[in-house]
Amino acid sequence: MTPPPAGSLLVATDLRKAYGPTTALDGAGFSIHPGEVVAVMGPSGSGKSTLLHCLAGIVPPDSGSITYNGREMATMNDAQRSALRRSDFGFVFQFGQLVPELTCVENVALPLRLNGVSRKEAERTALSWMARLEVDDLARKRPGEVSGGQGQRVAVARALVTGPRVLFADEPTGALDSLNGERVMELLTEAARSTNAAVVLVTHEARVAAYSDREIVVRDGKSRDMERVI
Amino acid sequence: MRSAVVGQWYRDLAMGVRFAFTGGREGWVRAVLTAFGVGLGVALLLLTAAVPNVLSARDAREEARQDRGIGYLENNAESKPTDSTLLIADTDTEYRYQEIRGRLLEPEGADAPLPPGVAKFPAPGEMVVSPALSELLASDAGKLLRERLPYKTVGTVGQAGLIGSGDLTYYAGGERLAERLDGSVVARIDRFGSTDQPEQEVDPILLLLTVVVFVVLLMPVGVFIATAVRFGGERRDRRLAALRLVGSDSRMTRRIAAGEALAGSVLGLLFGTGFFLVGREVAGSVEVFGVSVFPSDLNPSPGLALLVALAVPAAAVLVTLFALRGVVIEPLGVVRTAKPARRRLWWRLLPPLGGLALLYPMLGQGSENGEFNEYQVTGGVVLLLFGITALLPWVVEAFVARLGSGAVSWQLAVRRLQLSSGSAARMVNGIAVAVAGAIALQMLFAGVEGRFTASTGKDTTRANLELALPKDGSLVAIGEKLRGAKGAAATAALSTTEVAAAAKDPEQWLGVTVGDCAALRELARIPSCRDGDVFVAPHPADPASTNLATAGRTVYFDPSFSGDEPGSEVAWKLPSGMKKVTVRADSLRIGASGLMVTPAALPAKTEADFTSTVYVRTDPAVPDALDEVRNAAVAIDPLIRTWEWESTTQADQFTDIRTGLLVGATAVLVLIGASLLVVQLEQLRERRKLLSALVAFGTRRRTLGLSVLWQTAIPITLGLVLALTVGLTLGAVLLKMTDVRVGVDWASVLSMAGIGAGVVVLVTALSMPPLLRMMRPEGLRTE
Amino acid sequence: MVCIRGVYSHAMSIGHTLLGLLESGPRHGYDLKRAFDEKFGHDRPLHYGQVYSTMSRLLKNGLVEVDGIEPGGGPERKRYAITEAGITDVQRWLATPEKPEPYLQSTLYTKVVLALLTHRDAADILDTQRSEHLRMMRILTDRKRKGDLADQLICDHALFHLEADLRWLELTAARLGKLAEVVTR
Repeated sequence: MTPPPAGSLLVATDLRKAYGPTTALDGAGFSIHPGEVVAVMGPSGSGKSTLLHCLAGIVPPDSGSITYNGREMATMNDAQRSALRRSDFGFVFQFGQLVPELTCVENVALPLRLNGVSRKEAERTALSWMARLEVDDLARKRPGEVSGGQGQRVAVARALVTGPRVLFADEPTGALDSLNGERVMELLTEAARSTNAAVVLVTHEARVAAYSDREIVVRDGKSRDMERVI
Repeated sequence: MRSAVVGQWYRDLAMGVRFAFTGGREGWVRAVLTAFGVGLGVALLLLTAAVPNVLSARDAREEARQDRGIGYLENNAESKPTDSTLLIADTDTEYRYQEIRGRLLEPEGADAPLPPGVAKFPAPGEMVVSPALSELLASDAGKLLRERLPYKTVGTVGQAGLIGSGDLTYYAGGERLAERLDGSVVARIDRFGSTDQPEQEVDPILLLLTVVVFVVLLMPVGVFIATAVRFGGERRDRRLAALRLVGSDSRMTRRIAAGEALAGSVLGLLFGTGFFLVGREVAGSVEVFGVSVFPSDLNPSPGLALLVALAVPAAAVLVTLFALRGVVIEPLGVVRTAKPARRRLWWRLLPPLGGLALLYPMLGQGSENGEFNEYQVTGGVVLLLFGITALLPWVVEAFVARLGSGAVSWQLAVRRLQLSSGSAARMVNGIAVAVAGAIALQMLFAGVEGRFTASTGKDTTRANLELALPKDGSLVAIGEKLRGAKGAAATAALSTTEVAAAAKDPEQWLGVTVGDCAALRELARIPSCRDGDVFVAPHPADPASTNLATAGRTVYFDPSFSGDEPGSEVAWKLPSGMKKVTVRADSLRIGASGLMVTPAALPAKTEADFTSTVYVRTDPAVPDALDEVRNAAVAIDPLIRTWEWESTTQADQFTDIRTGLLVGATAVLVLIGASLLVVQLEQLRERRKLLSALVAFGTRRRTLGLSVLWQTAIPITLGLVLALTVGLTLGAVLLKMTDVRVGVDWASVLSMAGIGAGVVVLVTALSMPPLLRMMRPEGLRTE
Repeated sequence: MVCIRGVYSHAMSIGHTLLGLLESGPRHGYDLKRAFDEKFGHDRPLHYGQVYSTMSRLLKNGLVEVDGIEPGGGPERKRYAITEAGITDVQRWLATPEKPEPYLQSTLYTKVVLALLTHRDAADILDTQRSEHLRMMRILTDRKRKGDLADQLICDHALFHLEADLRWLELTAARLGKLAEVVTR
């Protein structure tokens, strides 16, 4: 196995993970630089999402190593990993991620508030991010009152509001039509590049993956880094 | 035309019934949850419906084994043995605060009556025992008791001879009981069971208490069933929307929803019957607050059972239709009239005010003619308690709308409550009603306690066990033995009798108390004392009572009366140097006055006439001291009777009602706790994906746990505040009705509220493991 | 330009296909044609002349050798065998992604089937091809982002076509198992 390139922000090697009898990851590897957008592709059930969950420290792998910024994640406990997710990572999922009772701006401010930022301050920052994603006019609406594309932009704003160094996006456009999906991808990658955040983008759509710098393919729990193979 | 309408109804309801059981795992789980909830309620209703039967069956068996009041006639001691008589000795005892009914039996002929539930008389040295006692004797906990009952177990007392399954009863074979026949502890009888049923006049206040207890216990069950049929409502609404999409009109969907509720409640009836049958069996092995029942006694009366079977499904359908009132089911989703019209207060105030209006005319009746109109009382209490369920949604809405945001967990909870204050209020309705009712009852009990509780005037710090010796026992000898018994810290042996001024047909009497110096000092202030001294202790209220006590006067023990067998007429010349002493206000034997005599001062052959008692203070350092002393006493003579002293006694009936309330309130709160848990888990399940996402971006589990706690705690707090208000009001009104001064026993009120709050904490705690499980990232996996 | 490239690549792919077929063992020219027609010819069978000219070019390049000649003469009587160089050539060809452009299914299909026939990893071929497509799509996406509306529409057209290819690729990848059963039967 070739060593990961120098300067990588997040590196995983030889990850294995099984859910009961199902093997989700079987020796997968991964690496990403700051400011890089990497698409994780592969057929459904191949282990893409599991790879993302492992990389983000949501799910501990059964074996293998994940280092973020030089720190081995396996040595962190759940609380430390949670803290890391709050401070350094951002997340966008396909759906079901906005708290329906909170207004959009409260949703965006939520990660900041979890980090202990005061409500006023958090909502001010949240509003500026919502403006960047062109949804600041929805601030006082609840998620149930906005369209899918708008909701997803709110989710992107929420993922970016803490200034994460890695943004994890799991099928972020899965529930959107192509026009909305592309707009969300454009805004997401632009915002990430402008803050030099790395983006791990799980998708099965080529046109979404085309917003990445390179892709890795996951098949049967094994990963292939396409750039470094060629 | 008419049949077409009926057909339409039938079709829609049938479709609803089908939906209740199909619709994949979700639909199935929902149906089972509903049925489970309804089933618990139904089981409790059936249990309540069985209460009259239980009481009458217990009463009947208690009557049938009665051996007092028949043979224990005044002249019982003079009765003659026949072929059909039985000598019976009462050897009731108490073991670790459990009462044990004991009898010694000695048949005097072939036709001697057998007690109910006993097949054959036990021979001397043998006994037959109830199953519960047999179990107790066999267990480690029964070690001391085995010493007290040194008989060989040869059989079991059947159900016919027992009041409840936990009844501790034994019948042992007796010997030479005739010698000790006294018509009190030992008697001669020719049958068991009392013929005349003393018609007990039920005190109207007790009747009031009974009515209120039932209402208070059943109201929350009703509220609970109403909650249970709404389990899974949101998912149901979505399904109904899908039905609208394929073309059913809004009335049809309502009927289909009603059909679903019907199916759930009918399944609930089945579940409930099952729970009841299982619970009935379990009930046989459970003893709550000293009450145990036989499973076979738990038979709901058919009328009440039928009422339950009809009322529950009907209520389920009505509640569903009522719940759908504010909901517009559109083909593309459910519109909860987006911003629901602000809840209006005025009509919600009607039920409680109506309740007060019904109760008001009866204020102060308790002491006068004492007749309460049961229907009016029931109606008033029901309306007042129903007022809680009407007011609570308004209170919750008004309150949470004003809450600002604090920490994240608080914000999450408050926002959720603001959006769905109705369902939050529904969740706690049951608890609020139960607590309000319980508080009112507590107050009522505390208020009328004075009427039914008598202070015994006994000081349990000086002696806590009283042993009555048989007539023929030697006080001094037994006192000595008991003094050495394990667990006895101090003993005071006292005998009382009377002396007369003349040997024949006397008219003046003087009380005599015999005991050693230490024992006498428990009764009077005696500065100096030696064996052989005699003291004169006038009755504090009647100084003339000791006029006979002058030195040199001759008095007589056991004088004779003309026309009767002659007494022993033992003469005693009162010695000189009798000192006058004063009776202690806190005398160990209340009312003892007259002569206080140390044993050496007594003439010979006087003891036969004494009533002797030994007072024992047990040593708190010795475990089971009470039972050790009892064992020692029984070893001396099984006919020694012991009583533990309590500072108060209560009328039995009153104790029964209070016990019923405690048992019922416990059951209701457990039931409501279970429903809270179900609702809570359902809500969590519907939010599984969201929870996982929140955890993914680093939300602390504590934050989510706290938000769940707030979500329950806020409505519960409001519910409890409302419950306190209504409960105190109701309690005050009920007290006014019984014309008792209104006083609030805050400790018990708060403890009631505390139990309610405890249920919430428990429910939150129990929902934590599933919450943690749902927060696991597996929830993020799509598909 | 497009036309020339198409012919060239088609000619190349016939040579590689025949080479690939030889990997499982020496064959006569006639057998080669029959095997080709059966697996890949479909509506367009090979001419003998095409087999002959292709084989002589491969012979000249040292990718095949004559294993034996049966009496009777004529090109179809020669028995060909693949050389080491030939195997390497097939390997290289399979591993090289096709330039992303419309209507290259036939070539890709040939490659996939050949990989399955010669027990190579067909999924690799698809991954490599997807990567090549994505490279093109990235360029187009980038141009689209920076360009005006006309650019965007033109790029979108190309992107949608490339995406269609990729979808076909994914579908094929998902059915490799079944395909392997069919072609190696």
